[in-house]
Amino acid sequence: MTQEEIISKINDFLVDEFEVDPADIQPDAPLQETLDLDSLDYVDLVVVIESNFGFKVKGEDFMEIKTFQDFYDYILVKVKEQA
Amino acid sequence: MDNRVVITGLGIYSCLGTTLDEVSQSLQEGKSGIIFDPARKEMGYRSALTGYVEEPDLKSELNRRQRVGLSEEAKYAYVSTKQALDQAGMDMDYLTNNEVGILFGNDSSARAVIEAIDVIREKKDTTLLGSGSIFQSMNCTVTMNLSTIFKLKGINFTISGACASGSHSIGIGYLLIKYGLQKAIVCGGAQEVNPYAFGSFDGIGAFSVREDEPTKASRPFDKSRDGLIPSGGGATVIIESLESAKARGANILGEVMGYGFSSNGEHISNPNKDGQVRSLNMALKQSGLDPKTIDYINAHATSTPVGDGYEAEAISEIFQGLNTPVSSTKSMTGHECWMAGASEIVYCMLMMRDGFIAPNINFKEPDESSSKLNIIAETKKTAINSFLSNSFGFGGTNSTLIIKKYQE
Repeated sequence: MTQEEIISKINDFLVDEFEVDPADIQPDAPLQETLDLDSLDYVDLVVVIESNFGFKVKGEDFMEIKTFQDFYDYILVKVKEQA
Repeated sequence: MDNRVVITGLGIYSCLGTTLDEVSQSLQEGKSGIIFDPARKEMGYRSALTGYVEEPDLKSELNRRQRVGLSEEAKYAYVSTKQALDQAGMDMDYLTNNEVGILFGNDSSARAVIEAIDVIREKKDTTLLGSGSIFQSMNCTVTMNLSTIFKLKGINFTISGACASGSHSIGIGYLLIKYGLQKAIVCGGAQEVNPYAFGSFDGIGAFSVREDEPTKASRPFDKSRDGLIPSGGGATVIIESLESAKARGANILGEVMGYGFSSNGEHISNPNKDGQVRSLNMALKQSGLDPKTIDYINAHATSTPVGDGYEAEAISEIFQGLNTPVSSTKSMTGHECWMAGASEIVYCMLMMRDGFIAPNINFKEPDESSSKLNIIAETKKTAINSFLSNSFGFGGTNSTLIIKKYQE
């Protein structure tokens, strides 16, 4: 999977799971506010990442993820590690 | 002085329909909601008969956070409760600014529990259950979710009383309002219909195996009955003090006159007559009504050989010589279990509204006990001014409700 394909896949499942307008997903937009995530939603984010990419995110890793770009970068590194 | 307790809202989502009018029509037509479900046969069920209820898609009505915690039965209960609140004229503004409670009958959430265990076994990681699982799995899934969605601020818990759960919810709600502890309560019952919910019930041989004739399999009081048929959905009955209903200018649909309850104190699955008689007598005494003024009895009768027999004996003892019309709507719906005590109040309220007695379909020949009753096998057009509804459950829990048309 290319980087673009991975990002597209992430955007698709975020739109589907958290029911946001695709136009609101921008690399520099804040992840938590845009997706309106509370503590319970982060659990569901772990689930969708696992079901799409096969790895489990540790809760503390989310501390460093502020924007969608941070999120993409995190996933891209993890996917690369898995390969 | 005690408060008078009235009904101001009804909602139903069952195998007979998903609106009050549709269900009234089905009741008048004597339509069965029972089907043969091949999936149950593949799972090793002794009987694959079930009431058919489609799971509602609530995506357009509720946001994601409101939906993820909803179990199957909570979805049904949401739909019936929305209908009932609309009918009662209780909008979000009213609910937010007043102390309205919720008491629902529910006694399982098997599918949610089993699906969660499957994930844990496969993934060996509980986080991967997601955030909704806990709120779907608990027995109080209905009251927990609906109290949040509708912003309810009064009493809030679930009543687990086996197949009398829905009836007890209305009864307990009635007592709280009667004695001035609450002004208005959303009461009801919900029942999951998926195959996971009924495996153990099927396992004890309680279900009818008349699989070649699904719509004729539920035959309460009939001599050839061979067991019940599981079913489910959601039913809501909104009750409030007469004072509250009048102050709101609400349309009063009926008045709760009495609630009787008892425990058999004997066998875990076999009923007895004494417990049922005590429940019926308690409700009648509380209502202040003479048995001869009861226009209709909606029997608990589930189509099991033993259970229907005891109920026929209990009813005939109390209503001896009165020829009071009796029918079991379970002949059409199957046994809606945790929901039944509430749904059957909705069915009776529709009969009272539209002037008919719903038939006990498939009743062809009485046995010794049921020959003592005036069982209505064909729809009867008649005015109903008051009715009595029985609900009995495993463990010997009994509940009887008496409702009357409202009069100043």
